[in-house]
Formats: sequence, structure tokens, C-alpha cells
Amino acid sequence: MASSATDSDAAAHGGEQAVGMPQLDFDTWASQIFWAALALVLLYQILAKKIMPRIAGALEDRHHAIAGDLDSASTLKAKAEEAQGAYQKALSDAKARAHEIAEKNRAELNVQIAEANEKAEAEIAARTAEGEERIAAIRAEATANAREVAGETAKAIVDKLAPGSADPSAISAAVERALAERGMV
Amino acid sequence: MASSADGEGGLNIHPMDQFIIKDWIPIDLGFVDLSFTNSAFFAFLAVGLVSLFLWTAMSGSSLVPSRMQSMAEGIYEFVRNMVRDSCGEAGMKYFPYIFTLFLFILACNLLGMLPYSFTVTSHFAVTVFLALSVFITVTMIGFMRHGMNFLSFFWPMDAPAVMRPVLAIIEVISYFVRPVSHSIRLGANMMAGHAVLKVFAGFVGAMGVFGVLPILAITGVTALEFLVAVIQAYVFAILTCVYLHDALHMH
Repeated sequence: MASSATDSDAAAHGGEQAVGMPQLDFDTWASQIFWAALALVLLYQILAKKIMPRIAGALEDRHHAIAGDLDSASTLKAKAEEAQGAYQKALSDAKARAHEIAEKNRAELNVQIAEANEKAEAEIAARTAEGEERIAAIRAEATANAREVAGETAKAIVDKLAPGSADPSAISAAVERALAERGMV
Repeated sequence: MASSADGEGGLNIHPMDQFIIKDWIPIDLGFVDLSFTNSAFFAFLAVGLVSLFLWTAMSGSSLVPSRMQSMAEGIYEFVRNMVRDSCGEAGMKYFPYIFTLFLFILACNLLGMLPYSFTVTSHFAVTVFLALSVFITVTMIGFMRHGMNFLSFFWPMDAPAVMRPVLAIIEVISYFVRPVSHSIRLGANMMAGHAVLKVFAGFVGAMGVFGVLPILAITGVTALEFLVAVIQAYVFAILTCVYLHDALHMH
């Protein structure tokens, strides 16, 4: 370290061989610091004036582009959701209409069925009434026949038992009484 | 050390020779020697390579970055986030300085890994200059921002009243030790690694066939040295951020 002068001499002549630590040869400090400072100032100028704005600009541009893309993606998503909503609405509308039509058809059919039932019941009732009428007529005829037969038979019996004493009004009254007893009037 | 330089017979190892400053263009101003040296050359080579790399990377700048562009942007964002995380938005004003400092040290460290090259940052002259300029700048920022209130940075308010004067002395000492540790850490790391490589390389010739062992060691140490080159540049930059944070926000 003491021999810094001879050291730098040796360095100058190319036959370099370090004596101690070259780091502690303070004769070289001024030159090292001067050139390092100059290099740093130069690098700072280049970076701050030329290069950093470009990098910052590139990053900014990308940031904006990504933000824009995200924006348009979200609008597209909103549109897609809107379209899906419209589709869902159309679908549910169609379902509702189909249901409505089915209900209407069913109601119409029910009405028709009820009408047909009514008609059939009316017909059945009419026929029943007709049948009952005929039965009643047959019954009345049968009763009349029975009255006549019973009257004549009773008159013939009375004539045979006591000729000439037949009272037609008494006989018919008795017949009526007998018929009433049998529930035929 | 001079005795080990006697190359006759024994080990012929000169681990410190690689650090010799060589005058390439002597410029002696009489009162001061500002010769253009190998150190100056490699400092400017670092500046040139950094500028060339970043300029080339960003010249075809596009929305989808090329490999080089994403490297350049990656370094930029790395340092920017480092400054923002440790100093907040107030520190972003000083981001260009820290970016310059980081890239300069990184480039000098990595250039030193080339065989026959010179490691600018292995000299305390340079690291002391860098650390002192950070120290002085940061202290000035502290006083410009807070005025005389900046002195309260050394007065620990959360400590018991009796302890405060003692702690204040310790705070002041540790504050002034900052540039020392800041510069020695970088310079010693770069110097030691390179010296170790040279020492191991000297063993290769002396050990004959077993010279393969130091070669393996050199391979490992070289890989380690690349790591150290990057880490020390990072450490220097992050410590600068930490000091800047103290000046801006006072704890």
C-alpha cells in the first residue's frame, strides 16, 4: 500500500502485479469516481429521457388495451345475457300460450262432452217417460179389462145364484172396492 | 501477499491482480489524476450495453411484447414495484434514479463475470461514491421535506424518557454507519467472489490430475457469483429504497 507509486508504474508498463489490495490505492480513487460519476450521469440521461418514457408508454398502452378489451368483453357479455333473457322470455311465452291453448281445447271438449251427456240424459229421460206412459196405459187398460171381466163375472155369478136380483151399481161398487183393496186403482 | 507473488516453484496465485487499475489514456491535471482507465472503460461499457439492450428491446415496441421487450418491461416493473412498495407514491419521483443505480450496478457486476474483464463495483472507490451519494441525497431529501423536524427521526419517542438520549446516540451512529455498510457490502462481495475464483484457479495447475476438483469448485462458485452479482445489485437498490423511505416518511 505504501508503494502505490511503483504499483501504478508497474500497471502502466503492463507488467502488472498487485501489491496489497488495489482497492486501497487511493491514487486511483479520483479517476474511478470521476468516470463512474460521468457514466452514471450519462446512463441516467439515457434512461430517464429516452428509454423509461418508452417503457412506461408501452405499459400504459397495454394497460389501456386490456382495460378496453375487458370493457368490450363485459358489454358483449351483457348483450349475450340480454339475448338469453329474450330467448327465455320467448320460451316461457310460448309455453304459456301452449298451455292456454290446451286449456281452451280442454274446456271446449268438456263443454261438448257435457252437452252430449245432457242430450243423452234428456233422450234417456224422454224414453223413460215414454216407457212409463206406455206402462201406465197398459196398466190402465189391464185395470179396465179386469174391472169389466170382474163385473161380468160377478154379474154372471149373481145371476146364477139369484137370478133377477143383480144390481149393476152394487156389483160395480163391490168390484171398485175389491180393486182398491188390491191396489189396482 | 507480496511473498506469494514469487512465482518460483510454489503456487503462482495472484488473486488481486484482476483488480489493478490500468491507465489506458493518462490524463493528469497536475492536482488530480483523471486518467481514463480500465475501470472507466467498463463503466461506460456497462452504460452502453444497458442502453443498447433496453433501446433494442423497446424499439419494436408492440402491444404483445417480444421476448426482449418483456425482459425490459419486467426489469422496469420489478424496480418500479420495489420503489412503490417500500417508499409509497411519494418515492416514485426518485424511481428513475434508483432504476439507473440498479441497472448500473447490475451491469457492472455481470460484466465482471466475463473472463479478462474488470469489475467496476469491486472497488471501494466506486461503491463508496455510490453509497455516499445515496446517503447525502437521502439526508438532503429528509431535511427538505421535514425541515429541522427530520432530527426527531433520531429521537425515539416510543422509548422510555430515560433511555431516549442513549438511544438517540445509537440512532445517529447507526445512521452514519449506513453508507459504510452500504458500500462495503457491495464492494467486498464482488471482490471476495472474484478473488476466490482466482485462488481456486491457481490450485488447478498445482494439483495435477486432482486439479479437476478445484475446477468443479470454480464451476459452482461461478454459478454462485452470478447469483451474488444480481442479489447485490438488488440489495443495494432495496437499501436505497429503505433509506429513502426513512427520509420521506420518518419510520
